[in-house]
Amino acid sequence: MEEKTLHIVIVGHIDHGKSTLVGRLFYDTGCLPPDKVEELKRISAEMGKELEFAYMMDHLEEERQKGITIDIAHTFFATPKRRYVIIDAPGHKEFLKNMITGSSQAQAALLLVDISQGIKEQTRRHCYILGLLGIKQVAVLVNKMDMVDYSEASYKAIRAEIGSVLGKLNIKPAYIIPIAARLGDNIAGKSDKLPWFKGPTVLEALDSFSTNEAQTTRLRFPVQDVYDVDGEKTAVGRVESGVVRKAQDVYILPDGTKGRITAIKQFMRDDIGSATVGECIGVTSGSALKRGQIVVDEVSSTITDTIRANIFWLIDKDYKIGIPLTWKCATQEAKGKIEKIHKRFDPASIEVVEEGAKEIRPAEIAEVEIKLDRKVVIDRFSDIPEMGRFVLEHMGHPVAGGIII
Amino acid sequence: MDHLSELENKSIFIIREAYYRFKDIAVLWSIGKDSTTLLWLCRKAFFGKIPFPVIHIDTSYKFPEIYAFRDEYAKKWNLDLIVGKNEEEIKKGMGPTKGAKLDCCNELKTNALKATIARHGFKALLLGIRRDEHGIRAKERVFSPRDENFKWNYEDQPAELWDQYKSTAEEDNHFRIHPILHMTELDIWKYVQRENIPMTELYFSKNGKRYRSIGCKPCCSPVESEAATVSDVIHELETSHTSERAGRAQDKEDAYTMQKLRSLGYM
Ligand SMILES: Nc1nc2c(ncn2[C@@H]2O[C@H](COP(=O)(O)OP(=O)(O)O)[C@@H](O)[C@H]2O)c(=O)[nH]1
Repeated sequence: MEEKTLHIVIVGHIDHGKSTLVGRLFYDTGCLPPDKVEELKRISAEMGKELEFAYMMDHLEEERQKGITIDIAHTFFATPKRRYVIIDAPGHKEFLKNMITGSSQAQAALLLVDISQGIKEQTRRHCYILGLLGIKQVAVLVNKMDMVDYSEASYKAIRAEIGSVLGKLNIKPAYIIPIAARLGDNIAGKSDKLPWFKGPTVLEALDSFSTNEAQTTRLRFPVQDVYDVDGEKTAVGRVESGVVRKAQDVYILPDGTKGRITAIKQFMRDDIGSATVGECIGVTSGSALKRGQIVVDEVSSTITDTIRANIFWLIDKDYKIGIPLTWKCATQEAKGKIEKIHKRFDPASIEVVEEGAKEIRPAEIAEVEIKLDRKVVIDRFSDIPEMGRFVLEHMGHPVAGGIII
Repeated sequence: MDHLSELENKSIFIIREAYYRFKDIAVLWSIGKDSTTLLWLCRKAFFGKIPFPVIHIDTSYKFPEIYAFRDEYAKKWNLDLIVGKNEEEIKKGMGPTKGAKLDCCNELKTNALKATIARHGFKALLLGIRRDEHGIRAKERVFSPRDENFKWNYEDQPAELWDQYKSTAEEDNHFRIHPILHMTELDIWKYVQRENIPMTELYFSKNGKRYRSIGCKPCCSPVESEAATVSDVIHELETSHTSERAGRAQDKEDAYTMQKLRSLGYM
């Protein structure tokens, strides 16, 4: 089995079959314990339905009663090849912040399209967001093939439509697979009702995705906090990019002070020579460090108080230019506001709504310029994602996510 | 990085983030495998000495092995232990009799915890819950705000992107923070094995039975099992298919008991 776990998000318009697919994946891979199957049968019967796999993921009482997914759910399953975390994201516009929360944790996505409905508003919105979040591994699943008698002609028609919409968003789906989630066609095993389809099953598609993210070699170590360890001031944090080595010369940004790593520390480990991406460590260096500083190997980051970014607006209130915000990126925090809204988009229509706007509306995406009250350290999202993405808060509430361009 | 190290680093990052945000913080310790693993991770995050209190909510119905384990490791790990107990209800005879299980959990766990939080003025609690434990927990955020009535507003949870957790707002009374949310039951046991984390003997088979999940004695039943060591337990989990909480009474009463308990503030 591979060491790494792959996180996949399942997105699509409401009712196109996301929750059903997840339930089915579990059932068909034998990951659903017998007592859970019994529980599903009982709940389905209570709700007056046949076995409804969607109930496996929709756990909130309201979700089952209204038959909708409100919030993301994480579940775990495994194929012989590797472990997966599946994130089932809600399809409604009003739960978009939950969908984005789920997608931000994923390395690959499954996009469901109901063949009887075609591409809908949330399908486009979700595609747009996957594109912005930089999720490149996408498989489109054309669901409910049973409703069109497993017709190849219907599949081909929708495949063309999908291709043209995704093309505009710079998403190249790895596969477009015809399935019937409820009946299990092309999920874990090839369906004999779809003999004309020569591509992979959903499971095969998942197993073909990779867990390797492009890794940069430039060191970025954001200081998270400073502890006293055995009488020594020790800066703790997580290496977000590159490698940190003992006796390495470093710069401490944004000030640009020079320093040298004198020790790397972890509890119950002695004499650590180096630490790499994802490792939580403590370091000592000649200088006094504090939270929010970024330790780098050479000054290739941008040090600025003005940030140009694409942001997605998460809350159901408008933003008006000038409203104060807090910007949070890695362990950095700064006060600021949006000064310019170059463009705002409605991702559901993929069209620019307005240029040079004064406000951003719920569920919109905007290209903006943010002005901060101090200099911070950033990279472009496409260079070092961990230093190129941020959250905006207003009065302690997260209101937007952003990608630095 | 291997799977377990990845999980461990994720947890340590969250624990340190929580401590940076909240100095009035404590960790809940039920003495079960999850919260004991959480304590272990806290020790690692802070280089051996946990800089905040450890709360044990004592319903008085716990297994004797739990009390013994608690006292032994509170000493060994130099913990600042706080025991929270709803003495009044215990004296009045509250117990998990038929039909009163929900009331009992609510009084002896939730209300005992409420009183402990109020007495010490905690603003945040670290909890060892996992997403794979129960359906409703699959919906949890890492930082989960609660209002003054302890309510979990599960219909409108804050966005949580890229390890940026919600800062406090006026209406947040306290935060539940979940550093091991991303681990599964199997991950926990494999990590216990790798790290050699001590565990109460209740988890290991005696006379053909062991506990898979421990809580109050009257509400837990052991499962049939020959697994007498950590590696036996791992082997058993890898080859068996019943869910973890099958032996817990709460979940059987009805499908939404957990949701009700949680929205009332149960951990
Ligand atoms: N005919 C048919 N119905 C399906 C199929 N997959 C899902 N459904 C039904 O579509 C409805 C919506 O599914 P659900 O999984 O709740 O959609 P979600 O809102 O995307 O999570 C449910 O009634 C499912 O039973 C399928 O392959 N064929």
